[in-house]
Amino acid sequence: MTVELDCRGKRCPIPVIELAKRLPRVAVGEVVRVLADDPAAALDIPAWCRMRDQEYAGSPAPGAYDVRRLR
Amino acid sequence: MPESVYLDAATAAPLHPAAHQALLAALADGWADPSRLYSRARRARQLLDAARGAIAEILGVRPPELTFTPGGTSAAHLAVLGGLRGRARAGNVFVHSAIEHSAILHAGEDHVASGGATLSIGVDRLGRIDLPAWEAGVRTSGVALAALIAASHEVATVQPVEAAAAACAAVGVPLLVDAAVLVGRAPVPPGWSMLVASARKWGGPPGVGVLAIRSGTRFDPPSTAHWAQPERNAGYGPGAPDLPAIVAAAAALRAVYAEAAAEAERQSRLVDRIRDRVAVTVPDVEVVGDPVDRAPHMVTFSCLYVDGEALLYALDRRGFAVSSGSSCTSSTLRPSHVLEAMGVLSHGNVRVSLHRETTEEQIERFLAELPGIVADLRERAGVTGL
Repeated sequence: MTVELDCRGKRCPIPVIELAKRLPRVAVGEVVRVLADDPAAALDIPAWCRMRDQEYAGSPAPGAYDVRRLR
Repeated sequence: MPESVYLDAATAAPLHPAAHQALLAALADGWADPSRLYSRARRARQLLDAARGAIAEILGVRPPELTFTPGGTSAAHLAVLGGLRGRARAGNVFVHSAIEHSAILHAGEDHVASGGATLSIGVDRLGRIDLPAWEAGVRTSGVALAALIAASHEVATVQPVEAAAAACAAVGVPLLVDAAVLVGRAPVPPGWSMLVASARKWGGPPGVGVLAIRSGTRFDPPSTAHWAQPERNAGYGPGAPDLPAIVAAAAALRAVYAEAAAEAERQSRLVDRIRDRVAVTVPDVEVVGDPVDRAPHMVTFSCLYVDGEALLYALDRRGFAVSSGSSCTSSTLRPSHVLEAMGVLSHGNVRVSLHRETTEEQIERFLAELPGIVADLRERAGVTGL
């Protein structure tokens, strides 16, 4: 099941901050889909996943980024 | 107001004292147009020729191969568009790294708009080009010109210029090297056909670009540049040269060249200190670029959850002038294309670049204050402990 996090209209780093707050509240293995129209999100969400050892599961559509909680 | 500490030499280094002195002298003595025929003009021409000779010698070219342009951006545009036009018969493809300066990339966009093609070569996480992809790229048919930045202007990583040049030479493709980061600070690797640089990066005044074109390189500037042949032959243009600034640029380069090795070592040690200390004292920071094989004077890092613009202003209030590749600090509201190509964190980004007047005490003060400034911004944004 996928949780949606709507960060449209919010500038970086806010989408990454919202993701960092939301991800610990889903179960391990679940996915948070971040909706963000700031172009920096395409870079910063995968970078955050790398720094935090979470899985970046790709971008299913422009402005959407899937992150799976690994730990 | 705390003491002002200028740490943005990669944008523009403070004017070297030798340049300051030369500028004042040339304002009095070198303001005439060097293309005229009276004695005052001939004096101006002598000053121009001396500046051309001095810079040519340091860059390892002959004076006729060197031209002064109205800035680094202008030099880059002329080099790309003139290099492509000169080789139009060979093809219309412009190969470049993904991390070139925007001046090079914008000229590439102009080339595409007029029917040409570009091929962008990616970089790894440290910001170094994918050399096999470069070698394959320049070998494809129809490549007219290739461009590679000698060292990244944003993350300092040195590029494999000699290997890239060898790949170009093997297939007869001219290589344009943007050496703005290295000239006056470190030797520029050989093998290029064209080179561009900017005087304000080495301690000269703003508004002086340098374009070196090795003889034998096909070069045909676009007619829209309106660059008259007599100007080209005399080593300046398009348009009348800012001769006092050119004289000062040459004085600065002579001066920094003499002290370059010692300064590079001193500044590189301070950069090592910043890289090591920031990684330990600032939580959740990503120090980017190659830690070893890099330009001596520059370091870039990104602080998680911090707004780059807010960080830049907070540092400015404490007297520190730095620049940032974060999207909120750019006119386009896009993150730096260099950080993007590397796939590293782009927000909370700071580039610190040193120069000959940077002291150990200044760096120590920066390192002492930075952790508190970042912690304060995080606390105010409510992101502590995330």
